[in-house]
Amino acid sequence: MAKITLKNLAHSYDPAPKSEADFALKEMDHVWDDGGAYALLGSSGCGKTTLLNIISGLLRPSQGRVLFGETDVTDAETAQRNIAQVFQFPVVYDTMTVRDNLAFPLRNRGMEASYIAARVSQIAAMIGMEAMLDKKARGLTADAKQKISLGRGMVREDVNAILFDEPLTVIDPHMKWELRTQLKQLHRQFGHTMIYVTHDQTEALTFADKVVVMYDGRVVQMGTPEELFETPQHTFVGYFIGSPGMNLLPAQIHGDHAHLLGTTIPLGAAYGHVAGKTQIGIRPEYAVLTSGAGLPITIKRVEDVGRHRIIRGEVAGNAVNVIAPEGMAVGADLTHVTFTPDRINVYADDWRVAPERAA
Amino acid sequence: MDKTLNNKAWFLVLPVLVVVAFSAIIPLMTVVNYSVNDTFGDNQFFWNGLAWFEEMVTSDRLHAALGRQVLFSAIILAIEVPLGIYIALNMPKKGAWASLCLVLMSLPLLIPFNVVGTIWQIFGRVDIGLLGHTLALMGIDYNYTNDALDAWVTIIVMDVWHWTSLIALLCYAGLQSIPNAYYQAARVDQASRWSVFRYIELPKMQGVLLIAVLLRFMDSFMIYTEPFVLTGGGPGNSTTFLSIDLVKMAVGQFDLGPAAAFSIMYFLVILLVSWVFYTVMTNLDKAEGR
Repeated sequence: MAKITLKNLAHSYDPAPKSEADFALKEMDHVWDDGGAYALLGSSGCGKTTLLNIISGLLRPSQGRVLFGETDVTDAETAQRNIAQVFQFPVVYDTMTVRDNLAFPLRNRGMEASYIAARVSQIAAMIGMEAMLDKKARGLTADAKQKISLGRGMVREDVNAILFDEPLTVIDPHMKWELRTQLKQLHRQFGHTMIYVTHDQTEALTFADKVVVMYDGRVVQMGTPEELFETPQHTFVGYFIGSPGMNLLPAQIHGDHAHLLGTTIPLGAAYGHVAGKTQIGIRPEYAVLTSGAGLPITIKRVEDVGRHRIIRGEVAGNAVNVIAPEGMAVGADLTHVTFTPDRINVYADDWRVAPERAA
Repeated sequence: MDKTLNNKAWFLVLPVLVVVAFSAIIPLMTVVNYSVNDTFGDNQFFWNGLAWFEEMVTSDRLHAALGRQVLFSAIILAIEVPLGIYIALNMPKKGAWASLCLVLMSLPLLIPFNVVGTIWQIFGRVDIGLLGHTLALMGIDYNYTNDALDAWVTIIVMDVWHWTSLIALLCYAGLQSIPNAYYQAARVDQASRWSVFRYIELPKMQGVLLIAVLLRFMDSFMIYTEPFVLTGGGPGNSTTFLSIDLVKMAVGQFDLGPAAAFSIMYFLVILLVSWVFYTVMTNLDKAEGR
C-alpha cells in the first residue's frame, strides 16, 4: 500500500501534440493518500479512464512521473506495480471455472494452495457466488461475470491500490447498491487505496471519502462530497453535482453585492475586483420563491419527486431551478425568487473566486 | 401478418432444383450406376452387385493409398495448425505493416493449384531449380524425382507454403475480435505469456480454428493437382494419394466400375470424418459451457 503521487502528469494520444487541445489529460499535480477511497467523476471522454490506465501502468504518460510512495513507477510494468483493476465490461477467463478465475491472480503470484482456497471462498461469499464456484465462467450472465471480475480485483490482499473503471455499468440496480456497500465495507476492513471511476454522482458520493471531478482532461476539484456541494470550484462541478445542478446567472460583482437585471443581490462575502465573464452560482436548495422580493421568475414546470418539488423556471432567459419543501403551496402569487446570501458562489470565467472578506 | 398461400410459388424453387440436379445429383447417380454395373462401352451395362465394392475394400493398392493419404493429412495438419497460430500471434495488429502482411499472406492462396505444382516442380529441380540446384551445390543429396523421402518433403513443404496462410488469416481474424480489456486484465493479473495464450487467445480462436482444421483436413484429404503436377504420384507409388490413384484407375486404366465404387467410398469417408470431427468439437464446446 502506498500513497500515489502524480507529478506534472499529462498525456496525449497524439505522439506529437501541437497544442493543449491535443492532450487527453492536461498537466496535473496530485497526491492521493494511502488508504483513501477516491471517486473519479466526470462525463464521458473527460480523461477518467486515461488517468486510471496511467496509474495502473497500462498506459505510459507522455510527460510527468507517477510515484507509489517514494518509488518512481512511471516506467514500471503493470505487473510490477502490484495493483488490481476492474474494467467496465466483464473480463473473465471463459474456459476456467469461477473458482479458477478467482484464484488466477493468486496462482500467478505463486501463493500457497491452502491460502488460495481460503481466500477464494472468502471472496466468493462476498460476491455471493459460492454456489457457482465449480461452474465454467463461459455460460454465466453478464452481471455474474462482472461480479467475478470484481472478485478477481479484490482477491489479492497486498495490492498498492484497487482501481475500478465504472465497474457497475452492467449490474442491475439492486445488486449495484449491495456491491457498492460491500466495496465500502472492504475498504474499511483492509484499508486499500481505492480509485473508483464513474459518471454517476450518487455512486461517487456514496462510495468515496474524496471525489475528484474531472472536466475536459483536467481535475477541476478534489474534495469531500460536502465541499463539492457547498463550494464548487468550477461551474462544471456546480452543474454536475446535485440534482438538479447549480443555477448560474450572469452578474456584475461590486464588493458584497451582485447586480443583475437592475436588481441588487446581497452576497455573503465581499469580493475585490472580479474580471472576465462573471456569474453567480446558487444551489436550487438555497433558492426561495417569494411573492415580491428578489428576481422576477417565470415558472415553467413543477416536478414532484416525493420528498420535495423541483420548480423549473426562467430568469431573463436563464434556467433557474428552485427546490420547494414538501407541503409548500406553489401558487400563482409566487413571482420572484431570492437566494440565501452566504450560499452564493461567485465565478469568473467558470472558476470560483475566493471572497476577500466576510460581509 | 397473414401469409398468402399460393402453391404456384413452388415453381420458384425449380431453377435451384434443376441446377443442383445437373451439378450434383445426376453426376453422383451416374457414379452409383457405374459402381454396381460392369460395362464394356456402347452403353451396355451388366449388373454386378456389390462386387466392385468388395474388390476395393480388400484391395492392397487402395489400402496403401489410404495409408499415404492419412499420413499426409496428419503431417500437414500437425505443421500448418501450430505454425498458422504462431504466425497469427506475431502479426502486427494494425497499421501499414498489418495490411502488408495480410496481402503477402493472401498471395499463395490466390495462385491456381496447378501453377503451385509447376512452381515447385521447377523450384525443386536439381538441374535448373533454385532450391534443387542450391541444395546440390551445398552437397545435399536431394532429388524429388527418384527419392521417395525427398518427394514427400517437397510436397509437404509445398502444401505448408500454399495453405498455412489460410489458417493464419482465420486465426488472425479471431484474435482481432478480442477486446483490449482482456489483455489489460491479464497484465494486471500478472498472467504469463503462455496463460494469455491458453486462457484468452486460444478460447477466442476456437471457433475459427475448428473451421480452419476442417477445411484443411478436407482439402488435404482430397489433394490432387499439386502432387500430380509435381511428382505424378512417384517415384514409384510413393506419393500416390487417394485421388491420384482414383484418376489412374478411372482415366488411366479405364476401370470405371472399381473407380466408381472407390469414389463413392472416398466421398463417404470424407463426409464421415468431417461429420464426426465437427460433432465432437461442437459437443466439447457445449460440455464446457455447462
